[in-house]
Amino acid sequence: MTTSLISVENISKIYGIGEIEVHALTDVTLKINKGEFIAIMGASGSGKSTFMNIIGCLDRPTSGNYLLDGMDVNKLDKNKLAEFRNKKIGFIFQSFNILARTTAIENVELPLLYNRTINNKERKSRAYNALKSVGLADRQYSLPNQLSGGQQQRIAIARALVNEPIVIMADEPTGNLDSKTSYEIMEIFQTLNNRGITIVMVTHEPDIAQFALSTILFKDGKIISNKPVKERKLALTELEKIKQPITVIKEK
Amino acid sequence: MIRNKLRTFLTMLGIIIGVASVIAMLAIGEGSKQNIQASISSLGTNSIMIIPGAISQGGVHLEAGSQQSLTREDAEAIQQKCDAIKYISPVVQSGAQVIAGSKNWRTVVMGVFSDYFYSRNLEIQDGSIFNQTDDKAAAKVCVIGLTVALNLFEGQANTIGQTIRINRIPFKIIGILEKKGQNTFGQDQDDIVIAPFATVQKRMLSTTNVHMIIASAKSEEQIDEAKEQILQLIRLRHKIPKDGDDDFMVRTQSDLSNIFGSISKVLTILLASIASISLLVGGIGIMNIMLVSVTERTREIGIRLAVGAKSRDVLIQFVIESVFISFIGGLIGIGLGIFVSMMVANFGGWPVTVTLFSILLSFLFSTIVGLFFGWYPAQKASNLNPIDALRYE
Repeated sequence: MTTSLISVENISKIYGIGEIEVHALTDVTLKINKGEFIAIMGASGSGKSTFMNIIGCLDRPTSGNYLLDGMDVNKLDKNKLAEFRNKKIGFIFQSFNILARTTAIENVELPLLYNRTINNKERKSRAYNALKSVGLADRQYSLPNQLSGGQQQRIAIARALVNEPIVIMADEPTGNLDSKTSYEIMEIFQTLNNRGITIVMVTHEPDIAQFALSTILFKDGKIISNKPVKERKLALTELEKIKQPITVIKEK
Repeated sequence: MIRNKLRTFLTMLGIIIGVASVIAMLAIGEGSKQNIQASISSLGTNSIMIIPGAISQGGVHLEAGSQQSLTREDAEAIQQKCDAIKYISPVVQSGAQVIAGSKNWRTVVMGVFSDYFYSRNLEIQDGSIFNQTDDKAAAKVCVIGLTVALNLFEGQANTIGQTIRINRIPFKIIGILEKKGQNTFGQDQDDIVIAPFATVQKRMLSTTNVHMIIASAKSEEQIDEAKEQILQLIRLRHKIPKDGDDDFMVRTQSDLSNIFGSISKVLTILLASIASISLLVGGIGIMNIMLVSVTERTREIGIRLAVGAKSRDVLIQFVIESVFISFIGGLIGIGLGIFVSMMVANFGGWPVTVTLFSILLSFLFSTIVGLFFGWYPAQKASNLNPIDALRYE
């Protein structure tokens, strides 16, 4: 029996304790193994983002157990949780959430600043390598407002990677991007996944979900389906496909 | 913080003004204290004043000095028996009309021993002072102050040797005092005629009374000892019983400077507390800006928390920012405060002394203000829930 990386048991999340209670999640149970690439889908308000926040240790469930890498997250205090996020999880958000007026490399260095075992020199080289792996080595001193949305998201990916996390949590990473850039991001994700990094991605675009290995569908705070992706798309081939018409137009 | 230069500067300005005003106010207070000290010591070094006590009749006290209890013999006894005393002189004084030729002038005539000149640090500009023989003979000689000389002789070179008439008695001028100017209390110290004690007491005033006795202790350390010796001697001479009240008072220079010292201390504290209010207001300014900054940067805080910053990291970041503002503000404030003090000294003609103490005090205070007022916003930032902070628009 393989030990699951993420093991969620009967978790519920209720917002607004008081007169009006919103049941964002009801009795969700799920196991995610190492090396998976999961797309979580569902309509707005289906609970997918709440689920994401809980497994990302940003929020706590109202009830239920959650084991991440064999650790009972509920038992960790606020500071331990922060340390846990710092070392085990990389976050990618829809709105990028990178610091404005801060250079790309400094943004990538950010998680390492909170990891006291890393010295200055190592921090710089790791941040540079992470930037290089997302293809932005030449833009390390650029400010976010000088970069395109796709480049900003790639900085966010580099930031998520820099601490060598065991899982990457992406909350609608392509929500603010056009399809070409989205595919580029997916290409990075697939490369990372091939290297063995577990990725959990929330999306509401079915074609983006097709890049994952399996999809989970949320509805009204419950998982209604969990199945592997059938005709899995490869980002590289998709990119080739959209490149060609453009070159044709150029030649005319 | 660095990315919001104008706002940071304006926040800092509150602290700058606060620190600068604390330093300037303390400097002005310290300066006035030294000014007063200087004019007190111009009364004479290590000087001791013995004045007759107040008359008390049927429980009604009259003013100090209203008793006629001191005599020339008291002064002479002190001179012989008190070994902590260096100079001693009885003093009689009276306002008088002084006439020279067709001019006249109203001034104060003092009768003293020659010790008085040494005791009060009076220098002679021209001529000489009288001596003990003149006193014994009740010689009709006098030393005049510059104001008197100017008014009677209009600064003629041959003033020495001229005769002036005081209450119809002719006095020969044997010396002119060096200019001393006004004292702190606005009195012209050069508007004076000084003559031998016996001359003034007997010839002019025909009295046995002594208005006061001026003495100087041998050294500053011996002032209290001298005071004690005088007290015991005069009590003995005046036959005052053990539990009886003194019929005289002994005042030392340090008594005087204590009084004025405490007055200027109160003044300094008053000025400094007014100034520290502006420092406090500056601190509230920091708090205000830090709160705005926390709200504005909620997302940033959320990101930092999400990537693994602990509450403590966020707390430290914000506290350091506010302490940094007040620290730099404090430094600039010190510079400005010293500058303002020097301006006051230059253009206001007011003596100003910037002390290291005031610099350290205001610097320390401003840093504490930064820490104190930065703590609450920082605390607020560090207690944010990462989810809420990230969702914040």
